[in-house]
Order: sequence, then C-alpha cells, then structure tokens
Amino acid sequence: MIINSREAMNLAREEFAKALNAQRKQILICAGTGCVAGGSLNIYARLKEIIEQKGLECQINLEKEPHDGSIGLKKSGCHGFCEMGPLIRIEPMGWLYVKVKVEDCEEIVEKTILNDEIIERLVYKDKDGTPYYKQAEIPFYKQQTRIALEHCGHINAESIKEYIAVGGYRALEKALFEMSSQQIVDEISEASLRGRGGGGFPTGRKWAQVLAQKEPVKYVVCNGDEGDPGAFMDRSMMEGDPHRVLEGMIIAGIATGAHHGYIYVRAEYPLACERLQKAIDQAEELGLLGRNIMGSGFDFDMHISKGAGAFVCGEGSALTASIEGNRGMPRVKPPRTVEHGLFDKPTVLNNVETYCNVPPIINNGAEWYKGFGPENNHGTKAFALTGNVNNTGLIEVPMGTTLRKVIFDIGGGVKGGGFKAVQIGGPSGGCLCISATEDHLDMHLDFDSLKKVGAMIGSGGLVVMNDKSCMVEVARFFMNFTQNESCGKCVPCREGTKRMLELLTDITEGRGTMEHIDMLEELADTISNTALCGLGKTAASPVVSTLKYFRDEYIAHVVDRKCPAGQCKSLVKLRINPDKCKGCTKCARMCPVGAISGEVRNPHTIDTDKCIKCYACMNGCNFGAIEEI
Amino acid sequence: MVNQTDTGILDDILQAHDYNPSQVIPIMQDIQKEYRYLPEDALCYIASKLKISEAKVYGVATFYENFSLEPKGKYIIKVCDGTACHVRKSVPILEEFRKILGVTEESPTSKDGLFTVETVSCLGACGLAPVCTVNDVVNPAMTPEKARNIIENIRKEEQNDN
Repeated sequence: MIINSREAMNLAREEFAKALNAQRKQILICAGTGCVAGGSLNIYARLKEIIEQKGLECQINLEKEPHDGSIGLKKSGCHGFCEMGPLIRIEPMGWLYVKVKVEDCEEIVEKTILNDEIIERLVYKDKDGTPYYKQAEIPFYKQQTRIALEHCGHINAESIKEYIAVGGYRALEKALFEMSSQQIVDEISEASLRGRGGGGFPTGRKWAQVLAQKEPVKYVVCNGDEGDPGAFMDRSMMEGDPHRVLEGMIIAGIATGAHHGYIYVRAEYPLACERLQKAIDQAEELGLLGRNIMGSGFDFDMHISKGAGAFVCGEGSALTASIEGNRGMPRVKPPRTVEHGLFDKPTVLNNVETYCNVPPIINNGAEWYKGFGPENNHGTKAFALTGNVNNTGLIEVPMGTTLRKVIFDIGGGVKGGGFKAVQIGGPSGGCLCISATEDHLDMHLDFDSLKKVGAMIGSGGLVVMNDKSCMVEVARFFMNFTQNESCGKCVPCREGTKRMLELLTDITEGRGTMEHIDMLEELADTISNTALCGLGKTAASPVVSTLKYFRDEYIAHVVDRKCPAGQCKSLVKLRINPDKCKGCTKCARMCPVGAISGEVRNPHTIDTDKCIKCYACMNGCNFGAIEEI
Repeated sequence: MVNQTDTGILDDILQAHDYNPSQVIPIMQDIQKEYRYLPEDALCYIASKLKISEAKVYGVATFYENFSLEPKGKYIIKVCDGTACHVRKSVPILEEFRKILGVTEESPTSKDGLFTVETVSCLGACGLAPVCTVNDVVNPAMTPEKARNIIENIRKEEQNDN
C-alpha cells in the first residue's frame, strides 16, 4: 500500500483507527531495554500462547478487516517506571500491573482480560500500602506532563499503523500541504523551542540559518549519541516512538529544504537501531519516506549511522565527521554546522527529544506550546531519574518544575539516606545540593535558572545522591570518564583532564594537600577557557561545582585525611570498639600482618600504620566490635 | 595474507556497502561481527579496496572504543560503570568478574578465550542499576554473587555443548 495523497492518508488513518478501536482489550507490554532485561519478552510470548490456547483472536498487527472483540497484544515503548518493571498496561481500563512474572500470565488472561477483574497483587502500592489501579493515578505519573513521550508505552512501538491511528504523521501532512518552509520555521521560533541536547540553542534560529543557505544539497541529522552516563531519554524515545523521531526530522527537512536525513545512534543501543530501522522500512513502504511523499512532490530519504563507542561523537562536528567515516574529532568553529556540516553541506543537527517536540508544535501551534514552562524556556523536558532514588525511571515535566517536586513527589524520595545532591547534565554538568550554604531543592529546572548556579540541564540525566556519597569521589568519577573519552586533539583537554584526574586520585587516596585544591582550580579555569570543543570546555564543571558547594569535604580529605562519607577506602581506618571487644583474640589471630595486639579478655587495638584494610578482622569478629572511622 | 574464503566474506561486506569509503565504520562493524575483532590483514584489504590509506583505516579503527585489534572472547561481558551504576556499587561486580576469570584491565580476555571483561560508560539501563551485559543481553540489579552465577552457567553450557 502506498499513500499517495492527503485523502488517501485520511482514509488510511480512519481505517487504522477503526481496527484499533475494534480491539476489545489491549495489552501493552513494556519492551524498553529495562523491562526486556527483566524478562518482558517472555511474558509477551506466554500471554500470546495463553490467549491463543483459549481460542481468542490475538491481534499483533492491525489487520485490514477489523474483527470486533480481538485482543490486541503489543510491545510498547518504555513506560518510564523502570523501578517497577516489567510493566503491563491494560486498555481500555488504563490499569497498570507492576513486577509481572511469567507465572502471572494465566491469571491476567483469565481474570483481567476475560472478566474485567483486577488482580490486587500486581497493582502498584505506595509505601503506605495504598493501591493504585490506574496508571494515570499513580503519583509517579500523575505529576508528569508528557509531550515528547506522549506515545511511549501507549502504542505498539513497532507499528506505523498504530502511530497513524493515534494521529501520527498528521503534523507532516500539515507541514506538506498547508505550510511553507518559512511558516514552519516561524512556528518553531515562535514556540521558542530550544535544543534538548544540552546547549539550549533556539531550534527555530538554527533552522532559519539552514533555510537561508543557497546550497542545493542540505542534510537533517539527528543526534542519538546519548553518551552522558545516567541518561536514557533519547534511547526510550527512539525505542518507544520511532515514528515520532522520523516525523520531526522530515518536517525539519521541509522547513529547511533538505532531502536527506541521518540518525546517529550509539552502538550501545542495539534495540533503538532495530526499531528505527523497522520504522524507516514501514514508512518507506507506505510512501511516507522516499520520493514524492503523500503525492506532495517532496522527497526525503533516511539513513541510520551506528556509532562505534566514542562519547565525543555527541559533539556536532565530531558526529558529522563520524558519519563521514572519519575519526570523530571536533573541529574549530566557525564555520558552523548550519553552513558546513555533514559532507560539508548546510546541516540541521538536533537532538532526538527536540525532533520529538516538533510534531505537537506543528499540530497544536506555538501558542499551545507556550502554555508550558516559563518565558523563554517553554515546553517540557524529559529526565532520566536515577541513582539513590526510590522511583528510578523516565519522566517528563514542564520546564521550570522544582527539583523538590521531581525528587520527592515524582521520584518518591531518596533511597538509603538523606538527600545530599543531584548531579545534573552528566560529565559536563554540575550538582545541585543541600550544603552548609546552599539549598537548591526549590530550584526551577530550566535552562536559564540552572545556568545561574553553574549547572546545566544537559541532556537530562538526574543522578540522585544520598548523604553516603562522597562528592570528591563523584568528581573523580566524572573526571575519569572525561579523561577516557577525551579525543586527544587539543592539549588542554588531553593533558589537562589527565592531570586533574591525578590530583583527584591523590586526594581520594590520602596523598592530597591544599596545593592540590589550588592546582585543580587553576587547571579547571585553563581548560574551560582554552579547550577546543564543548566537551572539553565543560570537562571541569563537576569539579568546579563540587568545590564550590562541598569545599569542606575536599579539605577534610587533604587536611584531616578523612572521607566524611566513608566512601574513599584508602582514607578509612579500622578500629576496635573497646566497649564491644571481649578480648577473644580471634582478630589478632586472623590478622595477616600482625597489626592487632592486646591481651586475652582485654580490649584489643589495631595499629593503623600496619593495617592493610583486608577486613578479615571485621568479617571474623563475633561481637561486631570492629568499626570504620 | 587474507586467504580465499576470507576475501569472499570481506568482498560481500564491501559490496553491501557499495565500496563507499564513508561507510568504513559500518564495514568494520560488520567485519568485527564476523571475526569478533579486526584482523590486520582484513584492514589492509579493505583499505586497498576502498582506495583509502591504511593509516586512515588504522586511525579510525583505533579511535573508537568498540573496535578491537585483539581477538575477543566468545562471551563479551560489559560491566556498566555509568553514574547510576557507579553510585549503586558497580565496582565490586567488575572486580568479581575479573577475579573469577583472572583477567585485568590490560588483558581483558580469559586464557581459555571464552570471556572478555570490559567496562562501558553507560548502557542506558540506569533504572536497573547496577547492570552488565553478556553479548548484549542486559542483566539487571547485579551483585557479585550473580556475577559468579553467570560465569558458572556459561561454563556449564559450554561443557554440555562439547
């Protein structure tokens, strides 16, 4: 089937919607990376088997002829509530089952599918034991606003027909038949959509610059090289709603006069590659990609470029170099990507989430979009909420939502201790925290507010840390990451990050001095002023930010040789609590280096100079008398 | 030198990418999928066929983390050490794998050629942290004990196959 006109598109949409509505029940099994790892595909297979055994019609793809009363069984994108996976959503009731096991399948079909009965055991309950049947009522979901993630978890991620049935490709239709390139650019500018990849550059301005280029060949590139540790928003969108990404990119093509699209996906995301490829094949088959899309005369083709494991390829000029088959190293700018990008042609390069925001803006207009978020920071932002937080997962909230709301209301609070800090923006970002001088919990999460405190939204990874986390160690961790990933082209980044890592390692291993801290600050300043690309310029941010808010922890490491959080093993000392020690001599006999001395039935002591921290004494003590200090 | 069957495989791969030099990364990905590493003679062969210098091919091959010039194990274990996994204690898991398999960061492949242990910056499965993958299959909520089980199970399977 080829959709060759707008009328044909509308007929197809009606037909698909009819088929979708004819399904008596729909079972949406989360098939995002998280739930797949939890075994959701086995659940899918088992449900299919049981439904068929019972003689019910199990519909996986939307059939041409709708059969009333069939059961729709689908692999959906990430539902977001990864902590509770594998997740199953049952429509039309909107119920959500959590932590589902293969053994539960029989009961789900028997009770819920056939008899509309809820299975209490599988329902989400909060920590007070209150059950929530409907997904939309669960506090985790209730306080979110989903625009980019609108379809994630609600439709079959592998079906173009379902995407069309729920209104997909309608924005493409509008862009093709009702709007000029300039009008699309104006609408996006008016909505003040800003790049969701981290920088926050106005998307409309970028598109206008590409549109203005006279060059006949232009490219649209999607940056799916989501390399920040602790971020998986883009992955979920590519896996869960791949057609949305394609639609946004094709519209960008219409707006800028480009006819070729490239999606650059991290090699670590095999499922995203697979789903995107499937989506491209389906769109080509229906004539929504390729020549003369919907009979409009507009051509657009799409390619996937798979990365090969280099964080720096998330940087624009490195990414295009990688697609061209080169080492992914950034180059000096200008010229900018909008003028000389991929294959030296004018290029629109945006992040996955940015493209996902385009179709709803075209459909509903800029005014609607400006209803979300504060001035100049409109719309929503998806965050990956991870680390020491009760509800890890994927969320989307209006820009300007407070950190408190995200961590405590949606995230369900901090796990394993009190709140200390949240790392935002990955290795290029900073931390927001409660410290002696600061309280960022009521901070608004948007581009401009975060900039003021030296952090950035980045791609949207939020790693929550409890009071047992050592901030010096966190800074060392990020520096280690950046140092590994530095492409080596410019000296400040290549050598500077190496020296900074050495200094930080010295501090965490008890060899630090106050000069180390001064040197860190000096190097941080030099690198951020002289490095070539954005990644180098921001490489020192985690250090600068932790030094700013947790300087006392650094000082404790170098002056007192203590790690206040007890995380830096080299600084931990073991001692014997004299009140608990019975003088049984077991530890003294177990110690391989003879560091423990004492008399029978009298408290023993550890010579910390001799101690090698093998913990043999602690593991062996029957009275719990050995402690870390 | 690349023997006859090898050039056949390489030619097929090159053909599938239209001998396009800008496709050198996907071409090397396909070669690595075939051999589990990038053999030196294969790189020389594709350089001549794509009409680009061997230096350029070598440059690209050594730039990207995923490419290996050394043979890798049959089972590639990637322990995630992204931020989320790191704060949920991924390091002891990595240490456990290395300990049982007797491998190190410098020589990551076990003596029997069965396992390669690597770290990866982030697999994007942070909700299940800490995680590791064995040949791209994600194992959630890892512990050192689960790490031991994974190795034991694979070894058992291998024995049964032999």
